[in-house]
Amino acid sequence: MKADPHYTLYHPRWYRRHVSVWWWLQNRSYTAFVLREITSVFVAFFAVVYLWQIRAIAKGPEAYAQFLTRLGTPFFLVLNAVAFLFVLFHAVTWFNLTPKAMVLRLRGKRVADGVVLGLNYAAWVVVSGAVAFVLLRG
Amino acid sequence: MERITPLLWLLFSAGGTVAALLFPVHLFLTGLAFPLGWLEAPRYDVLHRLIAHPLIRLYLFILISLPLFHWAHRFRYTLYDGLQLKHLTTLIAVLCYGAALFGTAMAAYLLWTIT
Repeated sequence: MKADPHYTLYHPRWYRRHVSVWWWLQNRSYTAFVLREITSVFVAFFAVVYLWQIRAIAKGPEAYAQFLTRLGTPFFLVLNAVAFLFVLFHAVTWFNLTPKAMVLRLRGKRVADGVVLGLNYAAWVVVSGAVAFVLLRG
Repeated sequence: MERITPLLWLLFSAGGTVAALLFPVHLFLTGLAFPLGWLEAPRYDVLHRLIAHPLIRLYLFILISLPLFHWAHRFRYTLYDGLQLKHLTTLIAVLCYGAALFGTAMAAYLLWTIT
């Protein structure tokens, strides 16, 4: 300890225990938490891919063809597959949280979590079907 | 920062919902099913015609911008807690939200000028 300690508003530094950067691997629920946080990186990745696609469409047919070829390279296929798994994990954890984050009441009674969950998943199926329909039928 | 926290949280949660509802299907089709040939990729003129519609442009703008802010918010806290970078708070916040703003501006520019 130094002879002339520098006091701060908070507890002194030398009482802090060192925590490893890998703290989240020690417990399964911590790991799930950090994986859920990391899903955001893949969400951003795909937003950028979509931006890239729009730019290709803006540039013309050759640029769009080149975009399609690039997405078909092993590098992007592997990245897309991993991103897809993470985005699915994001969707499932996000939907499962909604009944806790948003309590619905009907005639003063709380709507059961299962109902809210069911509505979420139903909306997911309908919206996904609509997107696929538009993209496949034009 | 304190004053805009509710707005950032709103963008985070709206972006999370957009990403949860729409990203799996878009990513599955554009990222896997089309390049792998499981389904036929839409032709250029089909996409070009779709994107000409103002509602589709609005949809694409929302599809890109809100999830970027979702990322910015979540990733910011991942860096603080996961990598214990609490001392770089301001720098990380500026970089994360700045990147989301940049992506949003780019989406707006592309969708506005596309012909």
